[in-house]
Amino acid sequence: MRKLKSLLAGVVMAGLLVGPVLTATAVAQEEGAMPNERWSFAGPFGTFDLAAAQRGFEIYANVCSNCHSMKYLHYRDLSGIGLSPDQIKAVAAAVTVPLGVDDQGNPKEGPATPGSQFRSPFANETAAAVANGGAVPPDLSLIVNAREGGPNYIYGILTGFVPAPSTFKVSDGMYYNEMFPGHQIHMPPPLQDGTVDYTDGVANTLDQEAHDVVTFLAWAANPEMVDRKQIGVRAVLFLVFMTGMTYAVKRKLWAGVHH
Amino acid sequence: MAGMTKSEFANPVINWIDTRLPIFTMMQKEYGVFPTPKNFNYFWNFGALAMVNLVIMIITGIFLAMNYQPNTELAFSSIQHIMRDVNYGWLIRYVHQNGGSMFFIVTYIHIFRGLYYGSYKYPRELLWILGVVILIIMMATAFMGYVLPWGQMSYWGATVITNLFSAFPIVGPKIVTLLWGGFSVDNPTLNRFFSLHYLLPFVLVGVVFLHVAALHITGSNNPLGIDVKSPQDTLPFHPYYTVKDSVGICVFLAVWAAFVCFYPNVLGDPNNFIPANPLQTPADIVPEWYFLPYYAILRSVPNKLLGVCMMFGSLIVLFVVPWLDTSPVRSLRFRPLMRPLIFVWVAAVIVLGICGAHKPEGIWVILSRVATVWYFLHFLVIMPLLGKLERPLPLPESISHPVLGPRGGGPLPGGAPAKPMEKA
Repeated sequence: MRKLKSLLAGVVMAGLLVGPVLTATAVAQEEGAMPNERWSFAGPFGTFDLAAAQRGFEIYANVCSNCHSMKYLHYRDLSGIGLSPDQIKAVAAAVTVPLGVDDQGNPKEGPATPGSQFRSPFANETAAAVANGGAVPPDLSLIVNAREGGPNYIYGILTGFVPAPSTFKVSDGMYYNEMFPGHQIHMPPPLQDGTVDYTDGVANTLDQEAHDVVTFLAWAANPEMVDRKQIGVRAVLFLVFMTGMTYAVKRKLWAGVHH
Repeated sequence: MAGMTKSEFANPVINWIDTRLPIFTMMQKEYGVFPTPKNFNYFWNFGALAMVNLVIMIITGIFLAMNYQPNTELAFSSIQHIMRDVNYGWLIRYVHQNGGSMFFIVTYIHIFRGLYYGSYKYPRELLWILGVVILIIMMATAFMGYVLPWGQMSYWGATVITNLFSAFPIVGPKIVTLLWGGFSVDNPTLNRFFSLHYLLPFVLVGVVFLHVAALHITGSNNPLGIDVKSPQDTLPFHPYYTVKDSVGICVFLAVWAAFVCFYPNVLGDPNNFIPANPLQTPADIVPEWYFLPYYAILRSVPNKLLGVCMMFGSLIVLFVVPWLDTSPVRSLRFRPLMRPLIFVWVAAVIVLGICGAHKPEGIWVILSRVATVWYFLHFLVIMPLLGKLERPLPLPESISHPVLGPRGGGPLPGGAPAKPMEKA
């Protein structure tokens, strides 16, 4: 990202290409190598693999959501990964969420509706910190956008739990992760082979599970992505066409001008 | 001068209005028949592009403000509300967010055009000065706008930049308290930044109006940098330049749309997707790309006060460029020594931009110091001296008769062998 930024500063001002030479020297040593996975949603024309996103939601609902909130999402948003209104109602109804206060002023709980926010596992940050050895599990609504490397980084964390090198001392309550900066992470390994039973016959390997949940999280962070890219194709084609038209008009108009 | 205009418009309604308030006559004079040098290249598109950009920013900004909450508890989630729940909110938001970058791209090229073709020289000094005022207001607006989403980089960027003012002796800490509206970056800071971020674009509109008014007094410069000598040198603004600007506007909007639709976050920082947390400083605090050169100048100086002065000085020096440049020739096409040197200056700015994105360690410190020195050397030493030492190439007689070929001194275009002089 930073490389791109410096590059732009370069391209913008004159297109002198000193950028790549100078920026190539910056390499992080503390972190593991960034994976370079294939993602259905990558590139200017990529779309979400909805089956993978749905499997990913299943993983989120069964595993991640025990500690991680996704407070910017509502159950109704799940139509974006292809759930039908009835499926969404069923998913929401299975979850108990706070529903304000009853007519006596006492806190009330009940089944969620499609309009409810995703249930947060902890009442507040302090409760989350106490339950997790002092580290608040980050909200996952935007996690793919909020980390350098995006989906590859999240995939790297999920698959990065390996035995610590003998020289490395892992503190109590921490886990060794080759992707995480500093290699010590509070999160216990969330996924292994077979953590979730898929109903659609896809092999539930760690690699597959990590791919699926990252696809779901990428959708959660950018639910507008498919619309956005479709509008982009039309808008850019239209503007390229308009450029050609106006340029032709300009040429014709200026044909008689000697300059 | 009281008295009604004799309007020439045939349409009776327009004529009625124009007689009492001659805005149609004015538009016709300033944008219809306005005599414009006929030899503009596409660099002369960028003023119009900046204008289009400003208008789009104001429109999208007004719609964003309808759904945004300038409160530290709500700001971040109100942006997510815009992105997820407001109809096409993501589009409005991404157009506005990337529009900031587009505005700086366009403005920086516009400034380069001014420097390259000597558009700041007599009689356009005030026009240039108003342009520098626009740049500074734009930077303040962009900075405050970046704070509004109240992400980690918003918060820490605001903290670092506002703290710069504390370097000034005696009044420094008071200025910082005033900016913050308290003793740290907090809700009052966000409130006033929102208020000012809404106000300043309209101030910009005012200064842009003066900038354009001043332009229409002196008339436009042109790639040859010589004055318009006869009506043969000019064309009416409409339709010749309205259509040429339209070509540029289409290309510009295509680039903008591509950023918005395909890479909306490529120019942003991932940290700004994390809500502001005063207790957790990000690993490195980096400003947006368009501020990186100034940031590098700031950090290249070990002394904080001096660094701040140099950073502001890098902008202030632009105000006096019309008097620092002693050369009688405007366009660098005819200045064989300055022409390569302006590109060295551009390279120095780019190097500064790259240094600004890296931690100030090792090679980056040295590079940013060299580039900072060159940045100021260019304006303070090279510009005054070279104007006196350099021998400019002969200037063409007029825009209509660029006797030295289209690029001045270059070979004549193929297929047009030099004709023998016609008899007078």
